Amino acid sequence: MMIKHIQTIIDKEWAEVFKNRMVLFTIIFMPMIFTILPLVMLYVMGEAVGDMNGGAADVPQAFLATCGDLSGGECMQIYLVNEFLILFMLIPVIIPVTIAAYSIVGEKTTHTLEPLLATPISTVELLAGKSLAAAIPAILVSWLSFGIFLLALPLIGISRGVRAYIGGPIWLLGVLVAGPLMAVASVNFALYISSRVNDPRVAEQISMVIMVPILGLLFAQLAGLIVISVGVMLIIILLLALIDVGMIYLGVRIFQRETILTRWK
Amino acid sequence: MIVTEGLAKVFKIGKKGKEEIVAVDSLSLSVKEGEAFGFLGPNGAGKTTTVRMLTGLIAPTRGRASVNGLELGKENRAIRKCVGILTESPGMYERLSAEKNLSIFASLYDVEDVPGQARKFLQMLGLWGRRQDPVGSFSKGMRQKLAIARALLHDPKVLFMDEPTSGLDPEAAKMVRDFIESLKARGRTIFICTHNLDEADRLCDRIGIIKQRLIAVDTPAALRQRLYGRKVVFHLRELNSKWVKVVSALPFVKEVRAIGEKLVLSLENPDRDNPEIVRCLVKAGADIQFVGELRHSLEEIYLETLRDIEDER
Repeated sequence: MMIKHIQTIIDKEWAEVFKNRMVLFTIIFMPMIFTILPLVMLYVMGEAVGDMNGGAADVPQAFLATCGDLSGGECMQIYLVNEFLILFMLIPVIIPVTIAAYSIVGEKTTHTLEPLLATPISTVELLAGKSLAAAIPAILVSWLSFGIFLLALPLIGISRGVRAYIGGPIWLLGVLVAGPLMAVASVNFALYISSRVNDPRVAEQISMVIMVPILGLLFAQLAGLIVISVGVMLIIILLLALIDVGMIYLGVRIFQRETILTRWK
Repeated sequence: MIVTEGLAKVFKIGKKGKEEIVAVDSLSLSVKEGEAFGFLGPNGAGKTTTVRMLTGLIAPTRGRASVNGLELGKENRAIRKCVGILTESPGMYERLSAEKNLSIFASLYDVEDVPGQARKFLQMLGLWGRRQDPVGSFSKGMRQKLAIARALLHDPKVLFMDEPTSGLDPEAAKMVRDFIESLKARGRTIFICTHNLDEADRLCDRIGIIKQRLIAVDTPAALRQRLYGRKVVFHLRELNSKWVKVVSALPFVKEVRAIGEKLVLSLENPDRDNPEIVRCLVKAGADIQFVGELRHSLEEIYLETLRDIEDER
């Protein structure tokens, strides 16, 4: 495997992608919303629950254990803001999908795929280049958003206890480990779809299916069916790692140059 | 340089892949180093499929082939390193500049001096002044030139060109043809798929006519002779039936046709026989205005060959 080939593909993808205003809009606008929204919610809630001693009354019992010594109001804040952890984990899923879904089918429709495949590049190099080109900006943007979110918390008067929870192991594992693993899974899924369809719009629409299990997790958490603790997060990470390994292996096996070049229906 | 033995490609189609389409069947040919080989055939004859097989892009269903001494199927990556391909559609990254497009491919072909090689070809093809412009703003001719540059960046031993002048205006087509001729003059092995028979006639040392199977392969001159023999036209001031009898009596004249004021003779060896015919006609009182060899176009040869195959089927 030649690193230079992978770098060339990344360089090419970025040169193309960052000239596309729609993709740039997705990369900048969506993380901005996902960062500002919880800050606004925390600020509004901070004022509302300031004097509430029984603020934790509506928090599911299973979640109360994770609050420790925090007050009822703080526990309520954490419970609600925890929903945004899933949104931060969604950033590295949505952004790469918009890039990777276009990746192969886009080359096919612009007739650049054949000359590209005619070079000595291997399938592993090509897929690694395309995957990294889609995943790296998404991961960096999600980390940057999280960093801005953390820095903004004291500015809106969030208590030290809530800040410590958000900067604690659950969120850090979610944003720094589970997020990137989700990005890898979504990129591989989008690349797989992109190499099987002949229309970039179809590729993007089908690729968005990858969000369904994550939204499922969000709704399960909202319904109190699941409480994301460190243990649950570690299980999610382990599962994601296994899914990633399987998807990378399958992606390389399934990527058939011949089929991609000759199938147009 | 290129050798194929019984090369075949069958595509499975239909919902369960039960139907089959034979794109190329039993293709055996040999292209020598430094040769310009023209590959002619109607749409769907298997030209592009053959190029894709020979460049390691798709696998043959049957048969064997080697390119530059490398075995197809076993050394595909090495084959891709030593061949250049000009695809039917130029296919460029439209948002990127001409220079960036070439740099990407030069890196993928492991060219040592990427900027230098890109500059060399941009200058050679007259695109240096537009090197920073996005390819999307280029005319079709400029894109084709850029695609040719891309195919040559790594100094390939063999160059495959699929319809190199397709859709170009006469000026751009001539420029591309001249460039191919200069490559040929430098001893590059070139495999050209084309519909432009005049172009094939001018550029190619040998021609193969394909319609799934290889129907004919030879030099354009040999194909002409094989199909039509050599014919000489004698333009006379006026035609007299006795002159037809005079030339028909000559042992080396295979066929005589009188068309208007002309006599069209089929001959084995016009260089040897023409003087004798001229003498006989003059002696018989004919006024010969001029003599010329009847040259069938490659188009006639191509259509005749395909017609013969249809008749056989």
